Amino acid sequence: MKSSTIRRWSSVHTWTSLICTLFLLMLALTGLPLIFHHEIDHLLGDAPELKEMPADTPKLDLQELVLKAQAHRPGEVMQYFGWDEDDSNGVVTIMAATAGTEPNSSHTFMLDARSGDVVEMPSANGGFMMTMLRLHVDMFAGLPGKLLLAFMGLLFVVAIISGVVLYAPFMRRLKFATVRHDKSSRLRWLDLHNLIGIVTLTWALVVGVTGVISALSDLVIAAWRNESLAAMVAPYRDAPPLTELAPVSRVLDIAADAAPGMQPDFIAFPGTRFSSEHHYAVFMKGSTHLTAHLLTPVLIDASTLKVTAIGDRPWYMDAMGLSQPLHFGDYGGRPMQILWAVLDVLTIIVLGSGVYLWVVRRRAIATVSAARAEVAG
Amino acid sequence: MKRQSSSLWTVFAMPGFIALLGALGLFAALLGDGGWDALAWVGLGLPAWYGLRGFFR
Repeated sequence: MKSSTIRRWSSVHTWTSLICTLFLLMLALTGLPLIFHHEIDHLLGDAPELKEMPADTPKLDLQELVLKAQAHRPGEVMQYFGWDEDDSNGVVTIMAATAGTEPNSSHTFMLDARSGDVVEMPSANGGFMMTMLRLHVDMFAGLPGKLLLAFMGLLFVVAIISGVVLYAPFMRRLKFATVRHDKSSRLRWLDLHNLIGIVTLTWALVVGVTGVISALSDLVIAAWRNESLAAMVAPYRDAPPLTELAPVSRVLDIAADAAPGMQPDFIAFPGTRFSSEHHYAVFMKGSTHLTAHLLTPVLIDASTLKVTAIGDRPWYMDAMGLSQPLHFGDYGGRPMQILWAVLDVLTIIVLGSGVYLWVVRRRAIATVSAARAEVAG
Repeated sequence: MKRQSSSLWTVFAMPGFIALLGALGLFAALLGDGGWDALAWVGLGLPAWYGLRGFFR
């Protein structure tokens, strides 16, 4: 590589990294507890615990759960019912003042599918873990915050790629994984920065890119509403708003008939951003490991309970669905979680050492030019 | 010319191997549990091992 080429890549690497470093440090630090959010919830006693009941205890009719939910939070309306894969008896319930209320103003709790008992989920509505999540997702700044973080993620990706390009000239005379501990502290950290940076390459790229996709989720969902959903509910464009909803009792069976071999993931009630004003949208997931992350909506008319459309799966919704496990690291058991945390800490070290190396080099340049000025003077 | 490309090959041999194994592992664990997960543990364990080992002489 020509030295002018190296200089150009070097300045790309320096500036993309410097701009995104503070944000990336924040993301890596807040992301660390989020990797273990289930475990932390359990430790803090915030995890919803359902009562022990005989295994064959029948489940309540789904409409009864709606009534229990409405009795629990009078004056609010249903937004979502979601099913937890850990315990099929726990129905995650999300309610808000209106169906269209934005997610951060909603209230989340759990209903026991067998008794209708309410189990609070404090960490889904506030507290330490919610603060970590909000900082990580949008820094409490809504869409502008998400878009800023998405841009920082893109800079991070460019920093990684330029770092790989620069790896070659730095390592030409060194064996892989060499760390010069006995020379200067700068060389030691330079070697560590290069080594950790190059070995964490794939993980950092995957987590970076899937983070950008997740940060753009509002836009992805808007695109889905405009294209896919709008086409499916076109016949309802001039229909009057519903005053009464048909009971949801059979909605899951209806969806299962319409999408055989799939499992319900969540129901979006009419008026939420995952449904129309006139439909229950049951989002069905596939039954293999991979397809469990891909959702197919079944739209059910909320007054006649007829299936009016089975959605397609636009590529951007699939990309968003697959981004989640790849970003969270929650799909490979406890060892994967721990490795996720180790790689997260290693990334923090790469970020920190990068700043250190930049400061040291600037100081060296300043010293050299001061010396030159003295000689010239 | 020949010497430069062969040295580039040497420089990126191990990092390339680690990167590919990592990608394979991340994808494999999406396909199933058990052996598929173990592939991810190896693919992510290798970078973690090399990264941590760098701090010790």
